[in-house]
Amino acid sequence: MDIISQIEAEQSKKDLPQIAPGDTVRVHVKVVEGTRERTQIFEGVIIKRQGGGLRETFTVRRISYGIGVERTFPLHSPKIERLEIMRHGVVRRAKLYYLRKLTGKAARIKEKRY
Amino acid sequence: MVQKAILGKKIGMTQVFTAEGQLIPVTVIEAGPCVVVQKKTTETDGYEAIQVGFGAIKHKHLTKAMGGHFKKAAVEAKKYVREFRLDDTASYEVGLELKADLFAAGEWIDVTGVTRGKGFAGSIKRHGNSRGPSTHGSHYHRGPGSMGSVDPSRVFRGRPLPGRMGGEQVTVQKLQIIRVDAERNLLLVRGAVPGASGGIVTVKNTVKAVKGAK
Repeated sequence: MDIISQIEAEQSKKDLPQIAPGDTVRVHVKVVEGTRERTQIFEGVIIKRQGGGLRETFTVRRISYGIGVERTFPLHSPKIERLEIMRHGVVRRAKLYYLRKLTGKAARIKEKRY
Repeated sequence: MVQKAILGKKIGMTQVFTAEGQLIPVTVIEAGPCVVVQKKTTETDGYEAIQVGFGAIKHKHLTKAMGGHFKKAAVEAKKYVREFRLDDTASYEVGLELKADLFAAGEWIDVTGVTRGKGFAGSIKRHGNSRGPSTHGSHYHRGPGSMGSVDPSRVFRGRPLPGRMGGEQVTVQKLQIIRVDAERNLLLVRGAVPGASGGIVTVKNTVKAVKGAK
């Protein structure tokens, strides 16, 4: 293995849950306020995964007080304490940009049944 | 000005997370192991410097002259040999090995390398000239523009024109070392470094003023 992939492998998380676009997740993010550190939860639908390896990021969309908020996280960031999957959704696209135009009932995603 | 210097190979770029979760773009440099091949002194050479070798080389690729030079120093033959004029060469001796742990994380450095050759480049790419309009009947797209006033009947020297670009020695000053891996002889430097991956670079402590340093 070459040196670059070695350095990247050292930093990547090995115990990541299987996440996919359409899934509803809770991202536990470490937030530093002055000297205090606490965990903030950002819950929403994954609308895209982008990049590969250590550079991979995912974007979570949620409606907060009636306004759509999207947050992109590096998948391997140490700031992400925990990634909780609430439900797996059934979607037919890799990037769910169409959700931006939809609100309320139309923006629902069917849950995957096994 | 230069207290310490080392030769290295640019491995490539990647990114690392800090403990706080900040993502930093870094260039990985394989610095050393280098070996001091010769020490130049005022008595014999007129100036003080150390000559450093880096990189493995097969015996059959070695010229007889260089072979003899390494044999005299009683060190292993190296592919690249460079000279560093350090402030104080007293602590260096022929045969001394220099490794990446010469530097520590957080230190500021200057990195010198040979940039990638761009071939014959136009003045937009080479000098950052602005381009002409693409449309609206314009037939002037990427040309070099006016050659200047007509009156002197010549073009002044230094006028930005197309020509060979890249393949020249460039020094990037004041880069910060993010991490040092003494085991694998790696320096992780914030930002980009001149040259292609696999190219040889020299790393010196920076000549720029550093805040908080004497």
